[in-house]
Amino acid sequence: MSGKNCVAIASDKRFGVKYLTISMEFPKMFQATDKTFIGISGLATDVQTLMERFRFKINMYRMNEERDFEPITLANMVSSTLYERRFSPYFVEPIVAGLDKNNNPYINGMDLIGCSTTACDFAATGTPEDQLYGTCEALWEPNLEPEELFETISQTIMSATNRDCVSGWGAVVHVITPERVITRTLKTRMD
Amino acid sequence: MVSRVDVPKGGFNFDNYQRNLILQEKGFSLPKPTKTGTTIVGTKFKNGVVLGADTRATGDTTVMDKNCFKIHYLAPNIYGCGAGTAADTDKITKMVASQLELHRLATGRESRVATALTALTQFLFRYQGHLGAALVLGGVDVDGPHLFSVSPHGSTDKLPYLCQGSGSLAAISIFESQWRENMERDEAIELVKEAIKAGIFNDMGSGSSVDVAVIEKGRAEVCRGMEVPYPTIQKVDSYKFKPGTTAILSESFRNFVTITEGDAMDIS
Repeated sequence: MSGKNCVAIASDKRFGVKYLTISMEFPKMFQATDKTFIGISGLATDVQTLMERFRFKINMYRMNEERDFEPITLANMVSSTLYERRFSPYFVEPIVAGLDKNNNPYINGMDLIGCSTTACDFAATGTPEDQLYGTCEALWEPNLEPEELFETISQTIMSATNRDCVSGWGAVVHVITPERVITRTLKTRMD
Repeated sequence: MVSRVDVPKGGFNFDNYQRNLILQEKGFSLPKPTKTGTTIVGTKFKNGVVLGADTRATGDTTVMDKNCFKIHYLAPNIYGCGAGTAADTDKITKMVASQLELHRLATGRESRVATALTALTQFLFRYQGHLGAALVLGGVDVDGPHLFSVSPHGSTDKLPYLCQGSGSLAAISIFESQWRENMERDEAIELVKEAIKAGIFNDMGSGSSVDVAVIEKGRAEVCRGMEVPYPTIQKVDSYKFKPGTTAILSESFRNFVTITEGDAMDIS
């Protein structure tokens, strides 16, 4: 979700098979560069595989180019990595969120074969995608300050995951501002 | 100096194919790819081509993108509207655009629409319709204005006016009743706008606003959001939460440090 010179990215923490919860501390987002995060939802094995592949590519880029990925470049890299497997896709839907070199917000949501959607407001993926879009549409507004953005994204993800029985069990929120990255874990329903 | 350009061999990776079949057999459903259940149109006029598109992208029945851009750049004088699987139309047009760029650099000539058409159809035919991309291709080259449509299987059509996508029936009805030969530029733009609007209003898969591209000899103009028939109704009140609304369990900061002091390292 984007704000005024800031972006926020949030995820729940559940990992489970059908109705059986296996873990309540499953990382679904990772820091790609100082001011960019990638969040991946979908099949856990693919989430982990892709996180490793992206980490590898990000490190190679940093060493080869001696600079960090811009969010838009990163999104293109993620998109082509997914489209390479057009006919045997990874079951994932990633989101790239970050600030570019001028500290402008950048949000990008993708489908499983790398169709990227750049949004100026918000992007959502995962099992409660419909619920998320609903709450986002209602609660989001332009030019939110970092603290306001935190409240908005937190309430959004909590409302949506409470209406999805296979999501929830804790949530993490990262708010990226030009000065710092603020990471908070939320107190949520644990059922 | 390196004079050779290494173009990657390309081709798709099928490593997960067998695994995905098994997963689907076991009842793990595949996430839905984004489609552009689109209305895209194109028409020739006196001395050029007008292309038009709506801006809705859908995943099943959910609107995934309310303002997506479906008029893809292929060359400075050639553009293509894409309908079907969004990732396919995006990537195929990007790949062909880069092929054309290299071709222009190698030959030093302006790209021809027929070259773009051949590149697209050969690519699509190779994948036997599995790449779900339907395109309306338009451009102006040394031979004048051209308009083609390409189907996912690689067949082509060459007509003075064309429609594709789920809203094509609505759009073609406008063309069939109002199209004339040798229209003026403004007339053609108006007609394209009407056709797209017919799609927006009568086809559920199409929506939002009208994008238009006008290509004439020596100039191409792309107009994003040329008409917005239903502007988003702004909220009258704000739903901001007071800071502290959300209960948190833990908090951590990672501050960015800017180094302002000290001399630059001598790297001579």
